This record gives sequence, C-alpha cells and structure tokens, in this order.
Amino acid sequence: MNTHDDDHGHAAATAQDDPPPGYYEIMETAVRELLVEKEVIGGGEIRQMLEVMDTRTPALGSKIVARAWVDPEFRARLLANGRATLEELGIDFFEDTQLIVLENTDKVHNVIVCTLCSCYPREILGLPPDWYKLKPYRARAVKEPRAVLAEFGTVIPDGVEIRVSDSTAIVRYLVLPQRPEGTENFSEEELASLVTRDAMIGVVRANTPEKKEKSR
Amino acid sequence: MSEGSGRVLKPLPNVVKAEGAEPIFKAGDEVTISVRFPVGHYRVPTYIRGKRGRVEAVIEPPAINNEDEGFGRNAGVKRHYYRIAIPLTELWPKYAGSKNDGLRIEVFETWLERN
Repeated sequence: MNTHDDDHGHAAATAQDDPPPGYYEIMETAVRELLVEKEVIGGGEIRQMLEVMDTRTPALGSKIVARAWVDPEFRARLLANGRATLEELGIDFFEDTQLIVLENTDKVHNVIVCTLCSCYPREILGLPPDWYKLKPYRARAVKEPRAVLAEFGTVIPDGVEIRVSDSTAIVRYLVLPQRPEGTENFSEEELASLVTRDAMIGVVRANTPEKKEKSR
Repeated sequence: MSEGSGRVLKPLPNVVKAEGAEPIFKAGDEVTISVRFPVGHYRVPTYIRGKRGRVEAVIEPPAINNEDEGFGRNAGVKRHYYRIAIPLTELWPKYAGSKNDGLRIEVFETWLERN
C-alpha cells in the first residue's frame, strides 16, 4: 500500500481554501471508487486498513529496539531474520516483504531511504514522515548522505562507514541504533523512551539521557 | 519455524529443482547491474544501472518478479532478490565522503550480470 501522495506545502490550509485536487489525487479517488463499485474490495476494508495503520507507530519500534539492547539472543535473531522474529512477537506483516534490521556500531552507521517512492517499515513504524517521501531527501540520501545527516544534526566521523539502504522492491529496513552511554541501569521501558522514529530511520542517533532531559 | 526441533535435516541427494529455485549468484560474487530501459514500471532505479557491485547476501525466499506483478501477472517462475553492495564512489565519481561509504539495494536476478 504505497501512498504516492503529494501533500507538501499546504498543511495550514483550511477546508474553504483547499486547492482543487491534483492529477494523482483524482486518479487515486477514481481507482478506489472503481474497485469498490466492481466489488474487488469493500469500502470497509480500506477504512479498516487505515485503522490498523493508525495503531502502528514508532512506539512499537522503540520497544523492539530496547528489547534488542537488553536481550542479546533476541538481538541476534532479529538481525538474522527480522520478519520471522517480529511475527513471533505477534506483529503481522500486511505486505509481502522481508525486513532487514541494520545494526549501527562504532564502525558502521546505517540510514534508510526509498529513492523510487516511499517504501518504509510501516508494519513497525506506521506512516513515514513527509520529508521521507519528498524528492530532496530521496535524491540526496544516496548521493551525499553525510551532508544530509549533518542537516539532521548528525555528524558522522570519516572513519565510520556510512551504509545507505535503498528500499526498492521487497525488502524493508529498520535501523537498530547504538545504545547510548550512561544507560546501564535503565529499564527496558526507560530505554525505549530514548528511541525516536528518526533514530530508526538512521538520520539521528538514539537520544542520550541528558538530551532527553533537555528536550522536555 | 525450525526452532526447538534441535536438528537440521540434511537435504536428499539428486532432487531436481524447479527453474529459479536455486539462486544463481552467491555472497561475494562480483556483478554489474544491467543497462536496459524497458517501457513500464521498473524497480531498478536508473542511477544503479551499469554500475558494478558485489553480492552481499541472497534474499530468501525466492519471489515473483514484481515488475510483472505490477501489470497483473502474478504467477510463474520465482527467482531471488540479492542484497547488492555498491561503493558510493562507484555511483558518483566525484563523491566527497569516505571511500568506504556504500549503498545497499535489493536487485532481482534478471537484472544482474556476472563480471
């Protein structure tokens, strides 16, 4: 269910001054109405899927990351087969895709992108942020990842290898950020609160305990 | 799946596999992405076509060609996707970052040529 929506630039618009629908919006509406009219799908199915999508949020990903930080066996299995391991936790995959979990280390920093559209680990993180779907990020992430990361405030030392994973067909990715220092005595729940959506995309690191305090 | 059984079965000898069931490439193989520009919707971005890379992993299980699937043909021979590693300096000759920086991307078997 890739959404090729084009909703940038008019978030503050009110109902009265909505611009006329664009080409793709009209096409989406036409196809959807035809599918319902021909009884290929029911209108209720679309609504139900939207409801499911609304329940998948970065909070789910944060729990998975925190668990991987405290449980080495779980981490090993997650890295070996992301999808099978998460299915055991009851997370169903509604797309026919595999999940590769990418572990950040002292030597490697991973970041994910979909240059062709907006492939994203929706089962775990929900809908992608708008910037992830827009062309500047998609084009530049594979061409000058260090400059893009710096704009997110993430400076990666030259000695650390950057791996950009471009999700194009049947694989989705989740970045497993590094566990911040000073969290040795943290509970799994406290650890999860340090893991943001952007850290699981790989454009930032997980929050340190100090940084999280500051952002309150 | 096989967890808990505690035993891995050894495959029987001489089983003839269907076309596409066995991956043609293996991890470590050097490959080039095909340069083709067919009409239609293709899941191989143009920026990697003609570039040289290395197979990092075979992605299991085999899958139908989703470029055919895009046109409603969702049956037939399955083949593998491969996780391909391409240095960013190979993609962008003027790349200014570390020479170790790289791309990882999944490419369907029909788009790969052995170097």
